[in-house]
Amino acid sequence: MTKKTGFKDTLLGMLISNVVPILFIFLIVLTIPLSGYSAKYLIGEITTRVSRDSFLVLSLLFPIMAGMGLNFGMSLGALSGQIGIILITNWGVKGVAGVFLAMAVSTPVAVLVGWLAGLVLNRVKGREMVTSLMLGYFSVGIYELIVMYVMGKIIPISNPAILLSRGYGIRNNFDLDGIRQSLDRFIPLKIATIPIPVFTFIIIALACLFIWWFRKTKLGHDMRAIAGGMGVSEDSGIKVERTRIIAVILSTLFAAYGQIIFLQSIGTLNTYNSADQTALFAVAALLIGGAAVSRASIPNVFLGLILFHLMFIISPLAGKQLMGSAMIGEYFRVFISYGVIALALTLYAWKRVKERARARRSLHDTI
Amino acid sequence: MTEQQPLLQMQSITKEYFGNRVLTNVSLDVYPGEVLGLVGENGAGKSTLMNILFGSSVIAQTGGFTGKVCIDGKEVTFHNPFDALQAGIGMVHQEFSLIPGFTTTENILLNDEILNDNIVTKVFGGRMKTLDLPAMRAAAEKSIEMLGVEISPDTLVAEMPVGHKQFTELAREIHRPETKLLVLDEPTAVLTESEAQVLLTSLRRLASTGIAIILITHRLQEIFDICDKIVIMRDGRIVKEVPTRDTNIGQVAELMVGRSMSAESVATSKYDENTETILSVSHLWVDMPGEIVRDVTMEIHKGEIFGIGGLAGQGKLGIPNGIMGLYEAGGAALLHGKPIHLNDPAAALADGMAFVSEDRRGVGLLLDEGLDWNIAFTAMQAQNKFVKPLLGGLIKWRDDQAIQNVAKEYVKALDIKCTSTDQRAQELSGGNQQKICLAKAFAVQPDVLFVSEPTRGIDVGAKLLVLEALRTDNRKNGTTIIMISSELEELRSICDRIAIVNEGSIAGILSPSATAKEFGLLMNGKIELEEEKVDSHE
Amino acid sequence: MNRIRTLVNKVGLAPIIIGALLLLMFVLAPSVGLRIDQSLTDTVVRFGMNGIMVLGMIPMLQTGCGLNFGLPVGIIAGLLGSTFSIEMGLTGNLGFLGAIGIAMVFSAIFGWAYGKLLNRVKGYEMMIATYVGFSAVALMNIMWMVLPYKSPKMVWGFLGAGLRTTISLDGFWSKNLDNALAIRIGSSFMFPTGTIIFFVFMALFMWAFFHTKTGTAMTAVGSNPDYARASGISIDKMRTISVIMSTMYGAIGILIFQQSFGFIQLYNAPFYMALPAVAAILIGGASVNKATISNAVIGTFLFQGLLTMTPAVINAAIQSDISDVVRIIVSDGMILYALTRATRKSR
Repeated sequence: MTKKTGFKDTLLGMLISNVVPILFIFLIVLTIPLSGYSAKYLIGEITTRVSRDSFLVLSLLFPIMAGMGLNFGMSLGALSGQIGIILITNWGVKGVAGVFLAMAVSTPVAVLVGWLAGLVLNRVKGREMVTSLMLGYFSVGIYELIVMYVMGKIIPISNPAILLSRGYGIRNNFDLDGIRQSLDRFIPLKIATIPIPVFTFIIIALACLFIWWFRKTKLGHDMRAIAGGMGVSEDSGIKVERTRIIAVILSTLFAAYGQIIFLQSIGTLNTYNSADQTALFAVAALLIGGAAVSRASIPNVFLGLILFHLMFIISPLAGKQLMGSAMIGEYFRVFISYGVIALALTLYAWKRVKERARARRSLHDTI
Repeated sequence: MTEQQPLLQMQSITKEYFGNRVLTNVSLDVYPGEVLGLVGENGAGKSTLMNILFGSSVIAQTGGFTGKVCIDGKEVTFHNPFDALQAGIGMVHQEFSLIPGFTTTENILLNDEILNDNIVTKVFGGRMKTLDLPAMRAAAEKSIEMLGVEISPDTLVAEMPVGHKQFTELAREIHRPETKLLVLDEPTAVLTESEAQVLLTSLRRLASTGIAIILITHRLQEIFDICDKIVIMRDGRIVKEVPTRDTNIGQVAELMVGRSMSAESVATSKYDENTETILSVSHLWVDMPGEIVRDVTMEIHKGEIFGIGGLAGQGKLGIPNGIMGLYEAGGAALLHGKPIHLNDPAAALADGMAFVSEDRRGVGLLLDEGLDWNIAFTAMQAQNKFVKPLLGGLIKWRDDQAIQNVAKEYVKALDIKCTSTDQRAQELSGGNQQKICLAKAFAVQPDVLFVSEPTRGIDVGAKLLVLEALRTDNRKNGTTIIMISSELEELRSICDRIAIVNEGSIAGILSPSATAKEFGLLMNGKIELEEEKVDSHE
Repeated sequence: MNRIRTLVNKVGLAPIIIGALLLLMFVLAPSVGLRIDQSLTDTVVRFGMNGIMVLGMIPMLQTGCGLNFGLPVGIIAGLLGSTFSIEMGLTGNLGFLGAIGIAMVFSAIFGWAYGKLLNRVKGYEMMIATYVGFSAVALMNIMWMVLPYKSPKMVWGFLGAGLRTTISLDGFWSKNLDNALAIRIGSSFMFPTGTIIFFVFMALFMWAFFHTKTGTAMTAVGSNPDYARASGISIDKMRTISVIMSTMYGAIGILIFQQSFGFIQLYNAPFYMALPAVAAILIGGASVNKATISNAVIGTFLFQGLLTMTPAVINAAIQSDISDVVRIIVSDGMILYALTRATRKSR
């Protein structure tokens, strides 16, 4: 990138814009001893969880790049991925082939859904985040309609293991025996008895490479221009609406694939609930990694996931030690997730309001 | 100038906005390498003409225009600014159109980046090409060099001083190889003196490479410094087109402003120096974007109608907005000898001042509510009028009947055309809306009334009525009226004294019967005239 | 044709479509074996349960603070009110009034803080409200476990500490308003007079408030904040008052809901309670910066009616529980629609 000179490059600037992850590291370092977990256990857990969730969190980068904020409507993509999973389970396709087929099948769904979502978001410029939140909720309703009533009746489902007893509609949950861990174990590797999902990490690395390269393309650059000034970009001939839709489609696609990777790692599908907390935890993780509503990069994704999952694992036991109840620990980690988002949104809004006020004053302070 | 073909020809351009003629039969020729200065008061039609040239959507949305625009002899139609860009016309606006988070280079080459092919391009199309950053940087440096300034290609625009932002914008326009014509609108407004000199020098240098330039500015000295030709517009027409060397500042100022005014329509000033001062302002500054006030000092006498005029953007609108607390202000102001608490609209109202804003729809009206609410509201909130106190004053109940009554009163007095007193303000015509704004101020029964652009955008009949209403209020109630207007004629027809604001301070105060030339010079900031430039063409 | 168009323009498209759907459901009901009088009772009872929370949307809409996605804040104040009341051993109508009193105190405090926050984030109120609401519920989850409640009626038996998820109001003030002066016809029809009278009272109070000088100022703030400021009104002060009012109505609303439902629901229950109230006022024809009492009344009736009737009819017809899907599609779809319309007017 062109070397930019600015405030962020000073040490103080870096500390201030990364205050959240620093605080988290501090807190976690303090509470790890309380939990009683061994380093080996933690490293193993974190490795699995990071491999499981990275693709999903990476999907958030595209809308942020295009100035559309946090994509709370991630379930649009995640549920598209789940439809892929349901179908390949129905067809009985197993192993890595099954995973890739699920991705292939969910692609047109995700592209269509992403395109529609992009159209809606173009009508609400300035309110993208609330609208994406509502789009997410709404998509759950449509998904349920399709999966509970259309599948089995209009879309033929022949595998009785996933059908409800009444003859149509997909079961509440079923095992994904055919594809469980198939990506993860494709290239088997164990370091000190910790299983490393090598192939999954390779796929994630390719995704990161793609995103890194994408930023240098004209399309990626245009997205950043739009984020910096929609009106200016429009006037210089950049197709703003089209570019924003592409950002949403990319995000939806990544979310779909990400959910598929997630599910193959977990090995079970909770048809109606697996995607409930996806957006919440992905956004929280990204923010904990030091991202902001208007700025996010690949390091934020990984740092965030590591810190988020450490907090997630430690909380129940820390809660038991400190407050006498593991439940409190669980409630605590949910509170942190929501709280981090509320905080990031408030800071973002404050900044924008201040910018507006500054624009309301003169362009030049020569009074 | 030469026998070559003009680069730009605008022929017989006529434009109307909702029945209001703003441009009549305007024709303009610009030759390659020529620097043309375009001057005129606000409302003369300069911006509209440039909007037409630049293909702004607002022109098409309001009924288009008649006439032809030709580039290099071929007729062109621009549907948006991008079309104009591609035809080689660049515009440097007053408000910067830059992306703050991007560097100088990225802004200069916005949507014009230098790209490299790759395999993906074949499948997914052109936008997957990657940016060639080193090449971009070099190209940006070249453009910066062409201007003759020192700007780093790597600084973020957000962290640049204002002058550099202006140069970055200019660099972006000239970067394009196909740029043939540049339009600059008040480019030196935000620059320091030395920066302004550098800019003007750059412009001359650009012109010598064959780029034609249209410079819009009210700083007449600048026009005379670099322009080859001056075009003066007034009331939507071109009043004169003349080579710079054949005229002088005094002439230009006069032509900008002067129009034949019958002796009767000029007010006989009743200004008496010995009447007490009701409002005195000293070193007032107001931070109102686009109308900044830097240092205004003036004394208004009780019962006078005091006019404030000047060109757009010079600060006249900032004065009332600042005193009434709508924008941040500082300095000192005394009403009846007692200090006014600035930045506090409630205090200004309580002190006995009222304001009819120039922004009728934005600040002056509650468009979704009835006109009765609109008229009564300020008086209700600031002075507890139209409320019935209940429970010993604990609850202030809105007296809908009283509101209706006062509305009826003003509908009659100002001849407001409406279907009923609760008709929504949005549905009324511009003229009637303005009458409501006036009524709202009258209902407060102020000692001092500020009125900004009282007759802007309303029909002739309503104009006369509004001015008459102001005169009547002044005569009957002794209200001191301070009227801010872009229309000099209007000020001359009703005011006792007229102040002219230029670059944020008062350039001078004249009697309504002063000459057009005197007004013109003050508007352009020239208080004394340099007589050396006068030729025998006087 | 023209009369239809003027009706649509006056009332809005949403109430008409939903109203037509609702009518359809009532017509279909008997053919799938549902009793009309039972359905009517259900609808009216649910109207009473939800109406006040929907009324609470009005002040914030009128001052331009947007849709109150942060309703959980008010609900939490109400929950604190009712749990405190039970903890103090108050029963019956006294308990109910005690709950209201305590809830008022909490909602004033919470509303004030919430209002101050919203004043700093003008233009992003809805987003911040949503996540502040969520965070508050998540925080209270911890609080319900940690606060020193002792009453055996509320606390987990085997732990001895921490509140249960659901607390029965049997023996306290369960259905005391519903049953007060209730009109019963036959075995299937009941009109919860007490609750409805309470609702009317709350609606009247709001009507009266907006007829005062302050209420008038608040309306102007939402209609055109620059105009209001130029008239000397403190926009921030008006907004804070509107937020406190909305929070109070939210608190009272949940108390009415509880007495009709018969249970206090803690922990994650308040999470999604904002959406039905928001959807209801939008269905009633409100826009993102203007709402009236009739919007609230019509909207609540239509929305609750649809939620009651549609699943009942469809479930009976296809022998399957579709209520969840209907609820999501109607309420979230409605909010989505309103959001896309709002920006065309733009701030």
